[in-house]
Amino acid sequence: MESYEVKEHDVLVIGAGGAGLRAAIEASAQGVSVGLVCKSLLGKAHTVMAEGGMAASLSNADPRDNWEVHFRDTIRGGKHINNWQMVEIFCQEAADRVSELEEWGALFDRTKEGLIAQRNFGGHRYPRLAHVGDRTGLELIRTLQNYGIHQGFEVYMECCVVELIKEKDQVCGAFGFWRESGQFIVFKAKSVVLATGGLGKVYRVTSNSWEGTGDGHALAYRAGAELVDMEFVQFHPTGMVWPPSVQGILVTEGVRGEGGILKNSDGKRFMFEYIPDAFAAETSDSEEEASRWLKGDPEARRPPELLTRDVVAKAIRSERIAGRGSPHGGAFLDIASQRDAEYIKKKLPSMYHQFMKLGNLDITSTPMEVGPTCHYVMGGVRVEPETAMTTVKGLFAAGEVAGGLHGANRLGGNSLTDLLVFGARAGFHSAKYSKEIAEALNPSEDLLKKMERFSLEPFDPERTENPYSVMADLQETMEINAGIVRTKDEMEKGLELLQDLKNRGEKVRVEGNRQYNPAWHYALDLKNLLCVAEAITLAALNREESRGGHTREDFPESSEYFQNVNSFISDKEGSMFIENREREPMPEHLEKLL
Amino acid sequence: MAEAQFKVFRGEGAKGELFEFPVEVTEGMVVLDAVQQIQSRHANDLAVRWNCRAGKCGSCSAEVNGKPRLMCMTRMDELSLDVPVLIEPMRGFPHMKDLVTDVSRNYEINKKIRPLTPKPRETDGTYRMQQEDIERIQEFHKCIECFLCQNVCHVIRDHSVKEFAGPRFLIRIASLAMHPLDTLNRLKELKDVFGLGYCNITKCCTEVCPENIKITDNGIIPLKERVAGAFYDPLAWLWKNLTSNSKKIPEKNK
Amino acid sequence: MQRNISIQHPNRSFLETTRIDNWWVGPLLTSIGLLAFIFYSTWAAFQNEHYQWGPYLSPFYAPLLEFEWWPLSPAFLILWAPAGFRFTCYYYRKAYYRSFFLTPSACAVGARPQKYRGERFLLVFQNLHRYFLYIALIFCVILSYDAIVSFSFENGLGVGVGSIIMTLNAVFLTAFTLGCNSLRHLVGGNVDCYSCASFGHQRYQAWKFVSLFNVHHNFWAWISLFWVGFTDLYIRLVSMNIITDYRIL
Ligand SMILES: Cc1cc2nc3c(=O)[nH]c(=O)nc-3n(C[C@H](O)[C@H](O)[C@H](O)COP(=O)(O)OP(=O)(O)OC[C@H]3O[C@@H](n4cnc5c(N)ncnc54)[C@H](O)[C@@H]3O)c2cc1C
Ligand code: SF4
Ligand code: SF4
Ligand code: FES
Ligand code: FES
Repeated sequence: MESYEVKEHDVLVIGAGGAGLRAAIEASAQGVSVGLVCKSLLGKAHTVMAEGGMAASLSNADPRDNWEVHFRDTIRGGKHINNWQMVEIFCQEAADRVSELEEWGALFDRTKEGLIAQRNFGGHRYPRLAHVGDRTGLELIRTLQNYGIHQGFEVYMECCVVELIKEKDQVCGAFGFWRESGQFIVFKAKSVVLATGGLGKVYRVTSNSWEGTGDGHALAYRAGAELVDMEFVQFHPTGMVWPPSVQGILVTEGVRGEGGILKNSDGKRFMFEYIPDAFAAETSDSEEEASRWLKGDPEARRPPELLTRDVVAKAIRSERIAGRGSPHGGAFLDIASQRDAEYIKKKLPSMYHQFMKLGNLDITSTPMEVGPTCHYVMGGVRVEPETAMTTVKGLFAAGEVAGGLHGANRLGGNSLTDLLVFGARAGFHSAKYSKEIAEALNPSEDLLKKMERFSLEPFDPERTENPYSVMADLQETMEINAGIVRTKDEMEKGLELLQDLKNRGEKVRVEGNRQYNPAWHYALDLKNLLCVAEAITLAALNREESRGGHTREDFPESSEYFQNVNSFISDKEGSMFIENREREPMPEHLEKLL
Repeated sequence: MAEAQFKVFRGEGAKGELFEFPVEVTEGMVVLDAVQQIQSRHANDLAVRWNCRAGKCGSCSAEVNGKPRLMCMTRMDELSLDVPVLIEPMRGFPHMKDLVTDVSRNYEINKKIRPLTPKPRETDGTYRMQQEDIERIQEFHKCIECFLCQNVCHVIRDHSVKEFAGPRFLIRIASLAMHPLDTLNRLKELKDVFGLGYCNITKCCTEVCPENIKITDNGIIPLKERVAGAFYDPLAWLWKNLTSNSKKIPEKNK
Repeated sequence: MQRNISIQHPNRSFLETTRIDNWWVGPLLTSIGLLAFIFYSTWAAFQNEHYQWGPYLSPFYAPLLEFEWWPLSPAFLILWAPAGFRFTCYYYRKAYYRSFFLTPSACAVGARPQKYRGERFLLVFQNLHRYFLYIALIFCVILSYDAIVSFSFENGLGVGVGSIIMTLNAVFLTAFTLGCNSLRHLVGGNVDCYSCASFGHQRYQAWKFVSLFNVHHNFWAWISLFWVGFTDLYIRLVSMNIITDYRIL
């Protein structure tokens, strides 16, 4: 056994996206010692890629907005299966968390009165998203980063956590390695906050980077925590589809928020035909009304392009299947006919740049081709709404890795605010929890040895599989068998294929040494990917209805039974176990907001 | 399908060689795709940083045919494929492995910059700022920390001047110095700690910045003018001494 | 597949680069352009004749200061000002640091090895650029005045090719001066909060206005440089009777 570097902290935060940074800031403010670990360099997490904005009912743009409307929108967007306690906390604290960023240096676009400007987004009744052009996530993460580095927590960059350490039912640290040197590192901590983001990499077409391998979901699961709502994966309706090398890269919803419309190959604005009954009352039913809305008429209802993401993604898919797709299998997203070139460049500069550079296309004159891409996971580690603590003692979770807030479908812009609200809560409560503990438990030698053995196995020359191909096959399997539209047969087949892949995963072979070896990192990520892939498929198979981000071809309707339950996944003697449990009913004062 | 040759620098700790690899070229391909193809087909353990693939995170900085660029934003069809495409790590930073360099110094410099110290909120609990107040610094906030400017700046790259903060951090200080809410005076440290005077405004930073930030014209030169006003302008100095004897450096505009 | 070329990392040797484009063209053209101008203007200043013809006055000699006690060409009494203005101009600094000082000659090309001190020790006087700006602003007025005068011929008002050349000269010089970074600082760049400062909005507008010219400062720098030389040459040739000034009106 090699000797490990050992670091000790009161609170260990895993993940340095918006949620992790906010948690670290809050925990440090409570006066405890904090360590922050991330796989990439600081400031490169998914949060940096977020474009459109963050939702908070500041009511700067429309005085009719308040937390209650935000609550209503979020629950309706989440198709009523959100954890309403979380939504309530979220909507009430959102505005404070956002305006606090200004004090730390964030510069949002302004209204004429000099306040934070807000833009329209899918599913939000009023303009609600504080934004900076189309690079809001960059502003958010940089602000937290530049404020955070002065708060006294320690940052471990390019350091990957492989497993959580648990002794006596209590999480007490983590085992990881430095990517640069390949050396192992052991963190001892009184509590651990997971803020590892999403799992988009289980699909082939995704807006996520290599980091989105569901590490936190898998770590928590293996540590005995419960996962909730894993069937709900969000496919963002507008990803790039052409050229192939950029397939999946996100086209922000801001394009539609600023007036962009969707057309099929016949040039028809098709979204008018896909308006669900539940939203008919607040959606325009004619192009005339939609264009009045764009001009700012407060009486006009919102255009159907701004329906929630699940609706739009499915509509694009249906158009394609009906043979009315764009040449490369998507739909046309057209802002050029709605706004002038200057406005587009000012409000959507990075989209303009992205298409110019990667797609050879000028969005101020030509429509873009877009199609669905895996973007976000609503499901995640189940947490206590107030404290963000998971079902395992000492383990907290916040951000995309935590489940419950967004229900069956997340509204655009709710994620960035989620990071702040629950990041702060997780930071605060993990610190509080740590203060009550005298000393972190010591990890046993055996456990560490086991983890070391597991991590080094891929270097075994006997093994044969190439980690890149196993990963590619896994992504293809998920794309086909548990993608946007699912059926029982396909998913059952998928589970079998996953079993095969698991066996192959145990045989992956890595060449070269331990220093900065991406093949090795992929090999270790595989285990997590396989775990979340199984969880998604199992949960999707379990939910025999269609709702939000989860669509079953064999059960196209929503069912009342499933409206009242959430699915919970946990480990029972080494295999994945799923059960449906009823949600506590919503109290009257919230119920009436709907 | 077209084929191209790539020469990729591989090695550890500054010692290395150029290895040649074939790459299958498809439509719309960028250099990062090519490097990843090499990684998955020929060199599984090729070390390279990337995240967003869309020029948003600033991870994939390297030197392509000798020019510092983001690999994910360099299309293959801009390059001549008649000769092998040369991919090297950034040369302005200590080398780690293959295309990965040690950029930690940048994080250390950043830590030395004093954080925003805002004035109090308005009585209604908000901050009022007009778009025109923040436009200038919003440009600097576009920085994705790719560190290409730090890499290309000859003060760091060729002369290894340790006191020099580098263009990335000069515009970060500019974004604080010009921030409508900030109350600190940062001019003295700009001159003495961050080495503003080392920059000879030759604009390589601006030339390579993938975010098209006019680092020199909009950031560094305005700072130089401010420092000139505070420390090198004889009339301003005289005026200051005549009008007040307490303040050595002008406070920020209210 | 493998080739044995070991490359030094990082590179610090002079002019070392792996760029394959013609990076040296830029600095080479810059040196040629600057040297050509320096030679011509010095020569023209030494001439001490043929700088006037009719209502035209060569900008190298404007304003025309003739003193008994001054033995040399009157050009030298004034040329230090525009020369100093351009020498300390941020754009020209870039140009000559690149093409003459070779620090660096082009991006990602090894800079000239030296104990590098930037603009700190010897070059600290560059900070006085603003004083040259103040003088240059006066020159803009003087040259504009000369341009107006160039329309009044002995036989009354008229327009000659020379008048147009002189007018353009004043325009180009003004456009160059309006884009000056020191001016940009002076009119509004030094304000942190336009909405709180007195006359903030006006200063913002002024700053925006100067910024318009500032973006193309290098363009105005070259065109005004070329044109001032050309104006002198034109008047010189006319006054030497090598060419005749064409009267348009
Ligand atoms: C392209 C794109 C655009 C988006 N646009 C918007 C938008 O406009 N509005 C909105 O609200 N939301 C948007 N989202 C969603 C939102 O950005 C993400 O959900 C959110 O940023 C997730 O933040 P996080 O802090 O939970 O995790 P991330 O930002 O994903 O960070 C995860 C962190 O965990 C670290 N990590 C992961 N695994 C490990 C491990 N094993 N060991 C150590 N560290 C680890 C990573 O290094 C990283 O630092 C967008 C997402 C994408 C991809
Ligand atoms: S302009 Fe200054 S900071 Fe930018 S590269 Fe040149 S010397 Fe470095
Ligand atoms: S200023 Fe530009 S080049 Fe420098 S780090 Fe930022 S984005 Fe990169
Ligand atoms: S991968 Fe993010 S900038 Fe290239
Ligand atoms: S900066 Fe060029 S003239 Fe002042």
